[in-house]
Amino acid sequence: MKAINKEPMASVFHPVERFIPETHDTFTLEFRPKNNSAEFHFRPGQFNMLYMYGVGEVPISISGDPANSAKIVHTVRAYGSVTSRMMTLKKGDPLGVRGPFGRGWPIETLSGHDILLCAGGIGVAPLRPVLYYILAHREKFGQAILIYGERTPGDLIYREQIEKWRGRFDLEVNVTVDSAREGWHGNVGVVTTLISRLQCDPANTFAMLCGPEIMMYYTIKELKNRGLPDNHIHISMERNMKCGIGFCGHCQVGPKFVCKDGPVFLYSQVEHLFRKQEI
Amino acid sequence: MSKTGLHVADKRVIEKKGLEQILNLLQFEGYQTIGPIVRDKAIVLGELGSITDLPIGWTDFQEAGTYRLERNKRDTFFEYALGPHSWKKYLHPPRVLLWQARRSDTGLEIDEQKQKVPKYAFIGIRPCELSALAILDNVFSSGDFFDPTYTLRRKQAFLMAVNCARPGRTCFCVSMNTGPAATSGFDIVLTEVKVQGSHIFVAEAGSAGGEKMLTKVKSRKAGEKEIKFEQRMLQRARMQMGRSLDTSNLRSIFFEKFEHPRWNQTAKKCLACGNCTIVCPTCFCHSIEDSNSLSGDRAERWRRWDSCFAQDFSYMHGGMIRASVASRYRQWLGHKLATWADQFGTIGCVGCGRCITWCPVGIDISHEASAILQEIKPPGHNA
Amino acid sequence: MKISESELAGHPFFEDLDPELLKFFSASAAHANYPAEQMIYREGHEANQFLLIRQGKVAVELFSAGRGGLVIQTVGAGDILGWSWLFPPYRRRFDARALQDTAAFAWDGIFLRQEAEANHRLGYELLKRFSKIVVERLQATRLQLLDVYGKHA
Repeated sequence: MKAINKEPMASVFHPVERFIPETHDTFTLEFRPKNNSAEFHFRPGQFNMLYMYGVGEVPISISGDPANSAKIVHTVRAYGSVTSRMMTLKKGDPLGVRGPFGRGWPIETLSGHDILLCAGGIGVAPLRPVLYYILAHREKFGQAILIYGERTPGDLIYREQIEKWRGRFDLEVNVTVDSAREGWHGNVGVVTTLISRLQCDPANTFAMLCGPEIMMYYTIKELKNRGLPDNHIHISMERNMKCGIGFCGHCQVGPKFVCKDGPVFLYSQVEHLFRKQEI
Repeated sequence: MSKTGLHVADKRVIEKKGLEQILNLLQFEGYQTIGPIVRDKAIVLGELGSITDLPIGWTDFQEAGTYRLERNKRDTFFEYALGPHSWKKYLHPPRVLLWQARRSDTGLEIDEQKQKVPKYAFIGIRPCELSALAILDNVFSSGDFFDPTYTLRRKQAFLMAVNCARPGRTCFCVSMNTGPAATSGFDIVLTEVKVQGSHIFVAEAGSAGGEKMLTKVKSRKAGEKEIKFEQRMLQRARMQMGRSLDTSNLRSIFFEKFEHPRWNQTAKKCLACGNCTIVCPTCFCHSIEDSNSLSGDRAERWRRWDSCFAQDFSYMHGGMIRASVASRYRQWLGHKLATWADQFGTIGCVGCGRCITWCPVGIDISHEASAILQEIKPPGHNA
Repeated sequence: MKISESELAGHPFFEDLDPELLKFFSASAAHANYPAEQMIYREGHEANQFLLIRQGKVAVELFSAGRGGLVIQTVGAGDILGWSWLFPPYRRRFDARALQDTAAFAWDGIFLRQEAEANHRLGYELLKRFSKIVVERLQATRLQLLDVYGKHA
């Protein structure tokens, strides 16, 4: 997919159209692309490099609906200096965007199969576009399951949307948190506990995982326990990125450039690299 | 037909005057002529006004962690190996301004840097360095994007190469199949021959542009004896490599040997200073830096060289992926000799030996590679 | 109402259990039902019951003075609830609250301990299955402790 910028290192500034607070440290930004193109096309799993004027640039997954080319949507968790400053953005403020970059989730190739989305923390953001795609082409897929784990109920994002999705008969949604106060009637326990209870046919199930590496690691173990083969599992990896286009060398994991060979990888192709210490 | 396969005239011979003529013609055509010069007690790369700017009569002594210049009393132009500079200094500059942004009434605007792309003529580029450029060509145009800074400069560059008759003690181009004679990738290649009172350059064109240049200067067809002598010189140079490297199983350095005890041993010596990455002609890692003026009305995005040895190179929220020096050394060596091939189809090292010479503690890439490739029995295992 | 072996055999806890032992468990089992929001047991209470959840959801909680009840874990159909009845001082370490209408099989803890001492085969099977669950819970708990979704992940 070609980037919308003619020059991939030059950010194009778009004004914020909506700032949606999700939790105390997470927010969703919506932009309307202007100038060069009136449309923004991306594949689920791709990311943009977002530049906050005078502060810096970070890679953020695109979290919107791939069928809606009139909006650029990002959900950001304030982890560092740039993302914390982004929390101060208001409608009309400009943000530099360049992208989309990277290899996305191969959802279009998985027609006819059951799809399991495993999200940990902010990892639910790059998986949401997959869910939009599945729901827009529902007849193409078998079972569709979303499992989503967060720290506490207060950290859950897309709450209203997820509660709506839970109500659908053609979608299974399971949410869990690591700990909760009295009053929470949902699951408490790590996200892997949701997998052992799943009803699924491993031979026909394809899983897409996104979240902290430890969470993905244990989730993969559980999935393999359930009989999913390595080439049915896709993960999204994360590394320090500067250029986003495979030239600066920062994002390498062994021979792979996370920005251009990933961030989505077929697990069987990176198993020997994943979780290798200090790789 | 010449070695290059082009239907050019057979090898020619030019004299010092011819060399000066070429330099002048290049300058007349608007090229910045860059070549080796003596500065700061080393042979570095700089602008050449005339051939008298070259390191005439100089040679070098290189060993692990050692570099010094010496006089050779022969008034030769190219009888030395490589200095600390490589041509990436010009094609992949250490600092590049990518763009400036300013606040205007309509918001933020980017002024892309429409700098004039310099036209370089590289004089005296060595065969291993030609291979290094071929490697960088691959690096900067693989995938969906290409790097304009490198690519535009590279396209315009005129390459007058010089074969190595006198390799350095840290050289191992023969092992890497990148020298001591150039076989392709040049516009002109010269071999300096100084013997028994004659001082000539055997010259060969490697492109249409090189051929054109040679026809414009005074030259004559090379005699059979001269060609034979040149071949013998280069053959002798092949035998004089200071180092060697077994390239038959380099991939295992990163994969099977990921936990080899040698990494920790070498890490005890390694200062993580990054010298090797600075002098290496194929190291390309760089960082992108955003900054803004104090008043906030202007912001700039710069690109500058970076090194995988830098402590924060692999920093992600939470900490460094490669915190230990051992892991950073393994990343550099593993990338250069092993994973590079997965990424770009060739080994990343050209055997120029600079990293050996300029390592302050004398760590030797060829020794490290063989140490790691040796079979070792992990402690506690039965035979 | 009598509980049959086949009802128990469906639960992962009793998987591959010797039929004779399965008979023992079905004969000594009773039904236990808890409406939503009822406390099943409280921290500090004597631990005299072994519970196997058939359906519903139970929150394992720890009360904290400043923060109210903190839910450490929820268990559901097929899970066991509580093991303090196995080890001295036989006192519950947490609260257990039914989040939904919950149905369980219940066994008398004191009776089971006595039988396990007398019949070591029973004791071994019981402890074998318990340790597996404890190990899995420990691993899960360690993950929770790592706070992987936190900033420093």
